[in-house]
Amino acid sequence: MAARTLYDKLWDSHLVNENDDGSSLLYIDRHVLHEVTSPQAFEGLRIAGRGPWRLDTNIATPDHNISTDRSEREAGVSGIPDEISRIQVQTLDDNCDHFGIKEFKMNEMGQGIVHVMGPELGATMPGMTVVCGDSHTATHGALACLAHGIGTSEVEHVLATQCLVSKKMKNMRVSVEGAVGLGVTPKDVVLAIIGKIGTAGGSGHAIEFSGSVFRDMSVEGRMTVCNMAIEAGARVGMVAVDEKTITYCKGREFVPKGDLWHQAVSYWQTLVSDDNAFFDIEVELHANDIVPQVTWGTSPEMVAPVTALVPRPEDQVNKERRKGVERALDYMGLESGTPIASIAVDRVFIGSCTNSRIEDMREAAQVAKGRQVASSIKQVLIVPGSQMVKAQAEAEGLDKIFIAAGMEWREPGCSMCLAMNADKLGDGEHCASTSNRNFEGRQGKGGRTHLMSPAMAAAAAVAGHIVDVRHFLSESMTTGVNS
Amino acid sequence: MKAFTQHRGLVGPMDRANVDTDMIIPKQFLKSIKRSGFGPNLFDELRYLDHGEPGQDCADRPLNPDFALNKPRYRGASILLARKNFGCGSSREHAPWALEDYGFKVVIAPSYADIFYNNCFKNGVLPVILTEDEVDILFLELEATEGYELDVNLASQTVTSDSRQVFNFSLDQFRKQCLLTGLDEIGLTLIQADKIRQYEVEREKAHPWVYGAIK
Repeated sequence: MAARTLYDKLWDSHLVNENDDGSSLLYIDRHVLHEVTSPQAFEGLRIAGRGPWRLDTNIATPDHNISTDRSEREAGVSGIPDEISRIQVQTLDDNCDHFGIKEFKMNEMGQGIVHVMGPELGATMPGMTVVCGDSHTATHGALACLAHGIGTSEVEHVLATQCLVSKKMKNMRVSVEGAVGLGVTPKDVVLAIIGKIGTAGGSGHAIEFSGSVFRDMSVEGRMTVCNMAIEAGARVGMVAVDEKTITYCKGREFVPKGDLWHQAVSYWQTLVSDDNAFFDIEVELHANDIVPQVTWGTSPEMVAPVTALVPRPEDQVNKERRKGVERALDYMGLESGTPIASIAVDRVFIGSCTNSRIEDMREAAQVAKGRQVASSIKQVLIVPGSQMVKAQAEAEGLDKIFIAAGMEWREPGCSMCLAMNADKLGDGEHCASTSNRNFEGRQGKGGRTHLMSPAMAAAAAVAGHIVDVRHFLSESMTTGVNS
Repeated sequence: MKAFTQHRGLVGPMDRANVDTDMIIPKQFLKSIKRSGFGPNLFDELRYLDHGEPGQDCADRPLNPDFALNKPRYRGASILLARKNFGCGSSREHAPWALEDYGFKVVIAPSYADIFYNNCFKNGVLPVILTEDEVDILFLELEATEGYELDVNLASQTVTSDSRQVFNFSLDQFRKQCLLTGLDEIGLTLIQADKIRQYEVEREKAHPWVYGAIK
């Protein structure tokens, strides 16, 4: 057999049928559901008199629009103040109860942001196809899954048939060799990649991240990287299985035990690209070139090292790009030539499916420890990605570090990443955010998002402006934040 | 699923690259359990001067006079002319629902984000891909011509202007057939139910841990 990529192997092992019209029927192992993109799919099933194909492949939880405020959460679903949010969460509960789908309800242990919850429960495992009505589903690719976001019509299709009508993507490999320096995190690595290939650079491709930087990176760090594949245009991001993957999976709730575990592991170990496998596009970056990254504009590709200046539109040769930079600077209220490490920040958000796992919490706490939020900062939200992350962080005393620093320790949910709940920016406010999108209005109408790592966001909270976290780290001489 | 065969209509411009789905339909409007009614909030933050919330009567809201689609000459546009990487960002199908509900039947752009492109076909909206040069020509003609219309034919895969200029576009045959006939995709897949069951039997033998744990 010809040499195959990891993506080729995952694709081949899930093919139910190759249809005459060039499409394929692909089998789906795991379907993760949440309150925002599922109600119309369940309604579609009902109208057609259909039900789920099977139940043990589905898992659900509310995350997108729920409150992160403790007292509001304690009031339960009926206490959600926003009526339409309440209806959506109640509808998810009702649909899961009606059809018999396993749901981790709003305040139950296990609940969390869909892409934090799936891997931490072991619901998603290496070698699986994973879909969810959310574009950041590529996160699960860190476990060598073929995982991608789908629309609501496809949510209904997967519920009804356990399959998707798909067309194979092309293969792309992004390699980063070398070792990253102190203060350079997985978030900085993926932002640097997006800066290099652009927001559509991976369109039509499944990206495999390879090279020593990813081999050295923790599995949670790999999730941060795969999570943002979509910000480079790729629906799928993946990292091959290695010992770290297997160690990560071991002992999790839905992961097999005993003989079945050994059988699974021996299969999982085959989930790597063969030597000489063909990639349609190869991109290489060098770890030495990557320093902490910050976005200055309104697309994730508008990113620069924290040591850089806000760019000048006239330096863009392409007319459309020049217009794009002008429009972005106007929206962001930034002058060309301003040092990025001087931009004042109004609010700080540490959370989202990109950066809300326990390692992210530790990374932020390391910077916050013994320091105080600057008086000019209106709010710092620390939003753990799941009930399990929250419990672990509290067991380690991280919540106390954040609270002592003047930060707010919240309940798990998507929160200010997309601002569907009350956590949002005011008009014109700048936010140091660990989320994944800096689109216009994403965190609130007129809000200005600067994407960065948890360590950088915590440092901005302390300094009151964007700052190079490496100054803080050398100051306190703690261990590196690179995983 | 809605069918699409041919459409002639007024063209409206969206002259910027990387239009994301947050721009197409801001998140506050995703708090709905229905598929319809998103049209009045299409491009909400660009289209209105105030902040929009669900449940408002948009007829009373102040329109942004600088937003192209608010200009009288583009009122009633049913073909959206756009730039590259249209529909990037979130997977929300609310984006094509909003375009369709507003009255757009066709989008023409040099490229699309993958998930958005796929979602359009499920909702009877045809995303046409032309080259950047061809899209440039259309933008110039649109600006120069009041009441500019195009004829879009899916069967022949052509976009035709009144000056009889014809632009050909390509797309996957399976997507084309589904859109032409408006077939129920789930029904089509369920015709292969035996194959899916057979796959599951083999899968359970080879990888039994996939099943049974979640209950």
